[in-house]
Amino acid sequence: MDNILNALALMANFVFVPAIAYGSQLALGALGVTIVFGILRFSNFAHGDTMALGTMCTILITWWFQSMGISFGPLPTALLALPFAIVICSAFVLVSDRVVYRFYRKQKADPVIYLIASVGVMFVFNGIVRFIIGPDDQNFADGERFIIKAREFKRLTGLSEGISIKVSQGITVVTMIVVVALLFWFLNKTRTGKSMRAYSDNEDLALLSGINPDKVVAVTWIIAAALATIAGTLYGLDKSFKPFTYFQLLLPIFAAAIVGGLGNPLGAIAGGFVIAFSEILVTYAYKKFAGYLMPEDWKADGLIQLLSTDYKFAVSFVILLLVLLFRPTGIFKGTGV
Amino acid sequence: MFNRNVLYFAIMLGLIVLVGQTQSWNVALTITNLCIISAVMALGVNIQWGYAGLFNVGIMGFAAMGGLAAMIISVSPVQEAWSAGGVGVLVSLVLAAITIVAAVFTYRALEGKSFRLLALFIVVLAGSWAVRAFLDPATAAIEKVNPASTGYLGGLGLPIILAWPVGGIFAGAAAWVVGKITLGLRADYLAIATLGISEIIVAVLKHEDWLTRGVKNVTGLPRPVPYEVDLQQTQWFLDLCAQLGANPVTFSSIFVKLCYMVLFASVLLIILWFSEKALRSPWGRMMRAIRDNEVSASAMGKNIKSRHLQVFVLGSIVVGIAGAMLTTLDGQLTPSTYQPLRFTFLIWVMVIVGGSGNNWGAVLGGFVIWFFWIEAEPLGLWLMELITSGMAEDSALRAHLIESAAHMRLMTMGIILLLALRFSPRGLIPERN
Amino acid sequence: MSFLTGEGMTGGYGGADILHDCTISVDKGEIAVIVGPNGAGKSTAMKAVFGMLQIHTGRVVLDGEDITSLSPQDRVAKGMAFVPQTSNVFPSMSVEENLEMGAFLRRDDIQETMDQVFDLFPILKDKRAQNAGELSGGQRQQVAVGRALMTKPSLLMLDEPTAGVSPIVMDELFDRIIEVAQTGISILMVEQNARQALNIADKGYVLVQGRNRFTDTGKALMNDPEVRRSFLGG
Repeated sequence: MDNILNALALMANFVFVPAIAYGSQLALGALGVTIVFGILRFSNFAHGDTMALGTMCTILITWWFQSMGISFGPLPTALLALPFAIVICSAFVLVSDRVVYRFYRKQKADPVIYLIASVGVMFVFNGIVRFIIGPDDQNFADGERFIIKAREFKRLTGLSEGISIKVSQGITVVTMIVVVALLFWFLNKTRTGKSMRAYSDNEDLALLSGINPDKVVAVTWIIAAALATIAGTLYGLDKSFKPFTYFQLLLPIFAAAIVGGLGNPLGAIAGGFVIAFSEILVTYAYKKFAGYLMPEDWKADGLIQLLSTDYKFAVSFVILLLVLLFRPTGIFKGTGV
Repeated sequence: MFNRNVLYFAIMLGLIVLVGQTQSWNVALTITNLCIISAVMALGVNIQWGYAGLFNVGIMGFAAMGGLAAMIISVSPVQEAWSAGGVGVLVSLVLAAITIVAAVFTYRALEGKSFRLLALFIVVLAGSWAVRAFLDPATAAIEKVNPASTGYLGGLGLPIILAWPVGGIFAGAAAWVVGKITLGLRADYLAIATLGISEIIVAVLKHEDWLTRGVKNVTGLPRPVPYEVDLQQTQWFLDLCAQLGANPVTFSSIFVKLCYMVLFASVLLIILWFSEKALRSPWGRMMRAIRDNEVSASAMGKNIKSRHLQVFVLGSIVVGIAGAMLTTLDGQLTPSTYQPLRFTFLIWVMVIVGGSGNNWGAVLGGFVIWFFWIEAEPLGLWLMELITSGMAEDSALRAHLIESAAHMRLMTMGIILLLALRFSPRGLIPERN
Repeated sequence: MSFLTGEGMTGGYGGADILHDCTISVDKGEIAVIVGPNGAGKSTAMKAVFGMLQIHTGRVVLDGEDITSLSPQDRVAKGMAFVPQTSNVFPSMSVEENLEMGAFLRRDDIQETMDQVFDLFPILKDKRAQNAGELSGGQRQQVAVGRALMTKPSLLMLDEPTAGVSPIVMDELFDRIIEVAQTGISILMVEQNARQALNIADKGYVLVQGRNRFTDTGKALMNDPEVRRSFLGG
């Protein structure tokens, strides 16, 4: 019995908890991508670097707060900085819309032109981030580190395997739930939110109904910037901030959005968790886990790991390909095929 | 119109000569060689984007396939490693092939059955377990063989020039797999999928030490051209130097670069010639017709997906050739240098700035953008020093600005891309109708 | 002067003119129907009235005001409502939300108008929480008309409202359209089913190649032997 409980605790500690946190971060990122896709109808390659830009704003403001002695008690100061960072990041994104995307919207350009333009924006954002904060790792987490430490858990339960939950993981999940609830409330209950859904559904009819496209687009960008900043900050708190990592997050984030069905917010969230759980389940080494469940004299040679963590990107990629092969509209139906 | 195009190339030549005169001819030739390789890559991307409107964001991966080919073809085999784990690797490769065949067979045979996916999953799982059972011990054994200098299987020990077409084939094969799955869907999906495959290819190069030594790099790839030290001891070369009144040490390095240049330029010209032929052939006209109006082209009974697959594979082959050439020039395979900004997005800037749909435009774009990519760093540094010249010597801001100048070129490239896309969407040398 | 008049409209989509000196008018509470063979410019004429097509000669007058230079959105604000032939609902939004979006420009209480629409199309009240994309063709058309009515328009324009619906549903839709007209709303409609449409029309326009060919009351056109022979299939 103890062995089974230990095995479960082991899984919870190394698979379940990290996957929930990582899945929440991917879900928030994918939501940003999917909302831009739903309204503006292109895949925004600059989203990863928008996350980096927003996170950089959070970090700079956090440092500034720290230098003034402002803190958030046991919680990271970054949470206090977040709203300000969202405002700054939104400003950047709105400027990028004004000087880049608006022109192509007026022209009714092909989606792939937007895609190339977003690559240009990606370069610029990436350049800004590296120029201001540099390409290196930045750690900006402060406050308490753990909600439950593995040692305490062991003491409380008497098991030999502990479960530790980091504050950053707890914050990630709580923030994700709050943000998603707010977003769905906004999209389903408010006039502006409904007009965004209408615009995404049928642009011409939305115009006929008197919906102001400029306002819809501006609100979309602000939401995308906010989601990017939140997702980026949470990821940075949980792991660490490095501009290039954020570019690499583009693949799992897009995979999550496509798996869920591009343009479908619910799908993006589901997709985020599908990708996160697959990535961690496939790259987890089951040696110790098997040790608990198998008979005493049975001993695994090797790590019993399906795939080395070096290839965690391959997991998103394979899932992406499978979805494109078998169900190109995603698990939930998206707007784009 | 034609005169203006000649003028562009003349200006480009002038810039290179200027670098030769002011910096050094060595630098000028280095830039030129990389310009030529960039031009070949841009040609490959232009085949995909300009001819067919396919958006490939995985150029890095296809170039890396070329690099891998260069290493595998040229390096001599490591006998000890082969005897340690060669059989295991070969067996696992055969098993992998069997698994794929079995998976495809299972999938086809169980059409319409409810347990189709489950069966497929079991076949793949069993297959991968079998592969790992042979591959893991084999690679572990290989990597133990003298890890400081080898620890990998080595290559075939053939002339490195052979690697150029082989690199094309490697890249083409990877492109075929991705294209088979994602072509025919939205352009966005192709973009994401190619981004993914390129990350994975580079991850394999970085982490499969038994194959590529990973981040330990494979250095000292044999050259297709003479070595400087050998030249400096060859009589005819010394005579030539005496005749020209040149320093044998400097001139040997220039001479080697000139040899490379001749090789690269021949490849560029051959590919350019084929590209131009293809563009003007009925095939090229059909490709452009499909690009401009997929609906009517498919109404005329053209099989768009298979045409797109053709052009996607062809373009990737050209990128693979360029990737092999680049590794040949570097003389080493360094997986960690494969960065998407440098290998994917920079090439895109070349194609967009040069003129999508026009081969000469792509070549010009390759030259211009590579030139500025290299020269942006000294220019940026100079600019930053100018801006900060008013600040105190020890100012932290000044130090930061000068230190960050290197990152300016990312921003510059982004701005160039955006400006070109907006104000000159047809590029420096537009497509001819 | 009629409530709405499109007078001597000439224009096209940038290229050659499609409409040639075409005149269409509707009075208050009246149903006007545009019929004609395929490619006669029926929908184009309606789009010209709505401003989705630039006319270089002629003018559009609504309630005594020249609106020729207004955009479609501005015309909506002036009391015109347009139901496109296809994709005329928001498929992933509920019926109720579709109606709300129709009233997007209104800042007053829309509940009363929504009740009126539900009275007119009782089935929509039952399906108010269902997504419009999941409804049948006929029900979707009802949502589309309902959405247009939410602006409290004085003129309702329908582009082939019965395209692709069964004959029974078509009769039902026409009945509803008559009911709408009885509330004082003018109706301008393009129809493929010329015979049934002329039956309910106060005024009929037969267009051929972008020109007025016959203009009369619906009944008179139905009885005109030439119209019957050429356009109503005997």
